[in-house]
Amino acid sequence: MRELSLHILDIAENGITAGADCIQILINEAPDKDLLTIVIEDNGHGMPAEKLQKPTDPFITTRTTRRVGLGLSLLAAAADRCDGKLEIETEAGRGTRIEATFRYNHIDRAPVGDMAATITTLIMGNPQVDFVYTHIIDTKDFVLDTRELKADTQDQSLTDPVLIYHLTQSIRKSIEELA
Amino acid sequence: MAKLTIDDLKRIKEETAKSTSLREGAANVKITVHMGTCGIAAGAREVMNALMEELAESDRSDIRVVTSGCMGMCSSEPNVTVELQDAEPIVYQKMEANRMRQVFKRHVLLGEVQTDFALGKM
Repeated sequence: MRELSLHILDIAENGITAGADCIQILINEAPDKDLLTIVIEDNGHGMPAEKLQKPTDPFITTRTTRRVGLGLSLLAAAADRCDGKLEIETEAGRGTRIEATFRYNHIDRAPVGDMAATITTLIMGNPQVDFVYTHIIDTKDFVLDTRELKADTQDQSLTDPVLIYHLTQSIRKSIEELA
Repeated sequence: MAKLTIDDLKRIKEETAKSTSLREGAANVKITVHMGTCGIAAGAREVMNALMEELAESDRSDIRVVTSGCMGMCSSEPNVTVELQDAEPIVYQKMEANRMRQVFKRHVLLGEVQTDFALGKM
């Protein structure tokens, strides 16, 4: 994947497939510490024991449409080549937490990319799921919680295309201001 | 802490009030963007973004956009399925932003199936 935000989109979709109704996404950019951390946490039904034995093995997958599953394997490889690692915690019925770390200044680290597009794609395609997106750069942070947005706009789905368009612009601007 | 402020939200809400009030009716069109690992890696997010922009410009309130996982036809990703009411679903293959715009303008809005990009009927 060319951008880390695409990995995030992919892993978040895994959580939704696992029946989650709330996905928490955290990006912590700490150039001082030469560290980039991405955490994706869902409250879905967790990974089956068989998959958990070797979660990043592409040939062990719960999917049925084809025999390889690449999402976690690709993220693990991306972290690995930047002197980072992928950690997975999962509990049946409680959800899964994925944490990927990268050396911030590693030459092979892909850019974070267009997070605004990732978040609004998730919101648009999954109106029944809530998302909490936190992005920290150094000491500044940005938080978006779709539960608050739904309450404030009195709109239970947030899928209105015009709203999504403005939301994308607004997130993009907020992230730019962090840097 | 930087957050979307209440003012931002009020502004967004005012700008969307018109279209939201129209959105009560049933969906006549369903567009599925397939977003498995394969689709995402092949550019499904850019296709989705182009679709969302077209949708925002179209002033139509009866079009529903959903995402789904991989269909098992990874080599033809990004795939997009367009279902018009009372018509067979059409799967489009190897989509990109401009193809998506064309499919939206011609197939979704005018009902002309874009056979050049079609993978097949479901």
